[in-house]
Amino acid sequence: MAVGIWQRLDQAGRNSVPFSTTVAAMLVSMMPLQLPGYSFVAPPLTLMAIYYWAIYRPDLLKPYMAFGIGVLQDLLGGSPLGMSALVYVLGYWLVLTQRRYFLGNSFWFLWLGFALVAVGAGAVQWVAYSLMTMHLVGPGNVVAQALLAVVLFPVPAWCFSKLHRSLLS
Amino acid sequence: MRALLQRFSFLLMVLAAIGLMMMARVDPVFIDAARARVTDAFAPILGFIARPAGAVASVLESGRQLTALYAENQRLREDNERLRQWQQTALRLEAENNSLRGLLAYKPDPAASYITARVIADPGGAFVRTLVVMAGQRDGVRRGQAAMAGQGVIGRVVQVGEWSSRILLVTDLNARIPVVLETTRQRAMLSGDNSDQPRLMYIPRGVEPTVGERVFTSGHGGLFPAGLPVGIVAATHDGETRVTPIVDLSRIEYVQLVDFGIPGGLAAEAAQPGAMQ
Repeated sequence: MAVGIWQRLDQAGRNSVPFSTTVAAMLVSMMPLQLPGYSFVAPPLTLMAIYYWAIYRPDLLKPYMAFGIGVLQDLLGGSPLGMSALVYVLGYWLVLTQRRYFLGNSFWFLWLGFALVAVGAGAVQWVAYSLMTMHLVGPGNVVAQALLAVVLFPVPAWCFSKLHRSLLS
Repeated sequence: MRALLQRFSFLLMVLAAIGLMMMARVDPVFIDAARARVTDAFAPILGFIARPAGAVASVLESGRQLTALYAENQRLREDNERLRQWQQTALRLEAENNSLRGLLAYKPDPAASYITARVIADPGGAFVRTLVVMAGQRDGVRRGQAAMAGQGVIGRVVQVGEWSSRILLVTDLNARIPVVLETTRQRAMLSGDNSDQPRLMYIPRGVEPTVGERVFTSGHGGLFPAGLPVGIVAATHDGETRVTPIVDLSRIEYVQLVDFGIPGGLAAEAAQPGAMQ
């Protein structure tokens, strides 16, 4: 009986990995790194985590979790409330509809898919923010952030896949 | 059927997100309170994560400094000599100032008190310029207080929790600071636009700020006391003047929140419609 409980706890712990790594990615992306110019273009680690888990384990990172993490990020990060939530839900939706193209193919397809999501997310954020503030914001930072995110994607993706293979297979 | 249900739930969440955006417009006070609560709850974790980040940053920094040690020493020695002379001048002027104030029965501004706080998060992103610091209501932080780092103003407090608070940097799109130019004493508004260099606005035609002159808070609007250095005029062309903040905003480890004892709460709110929503 005791073994049963431990096993179930263990399984619950493993199943919470996608959610907890996504929250951790969000907190890590808010670290004050004190690199000049870095925070403007800080890569969106949260988006990467959501993208990865939405492809590989959508059963463990549900869409409403992506929404909740988005709301949390907006509250914590000072960005307009609802903006990240909107982006993550739309990104999740996009991934889910195109999942069979990204899944199972080579890493290049995974990367290409993220490039599409990152550019789309940047565009949605830019439009939403410009509408909300009634102010056309220069797109320079958004473009730079999306580019950097695409270039750096393999590093977090490698970390996620390590965790995925060691804890969830 | 399942696909339909899934599509419906996505649509619902998209609408919920848009609803949240609207709500932030309708009831910003409630949203601010929620932000403060959530930031409070996560402050210990953020503070914990920030420590190794600070260590990494200082290792990188010391590596960089090592390469320029000799030249840096030389420069510091020269600086020191020059500053000693300035110190003499400052002391003489202070004495003179004091005696003149005594003659005029001048009423000085109330003495300022400082709260020093560690930066625990720099949420970054392309749209907001804020910092989260580890000091809040119980440490005496109040909304509207000026935030300084080193020698200059970096922003002001826009959200106060129990033990954490948020600072809106001068470069943020919503930041507006009434300033005065050093040489002409011309008043202007320093207005952030999410770039590294905020803009000077409302300068009358014919007044041409010179590159290199300093920009101070003017004290108008009751938000900040007068005379705090904010930045240096970097460039002007086509009637647009940009100012480089006097403090490197990407390298702030500690901030000083300054309580000048000015009863400026209401004026501060009025001067900042729709800030930090």
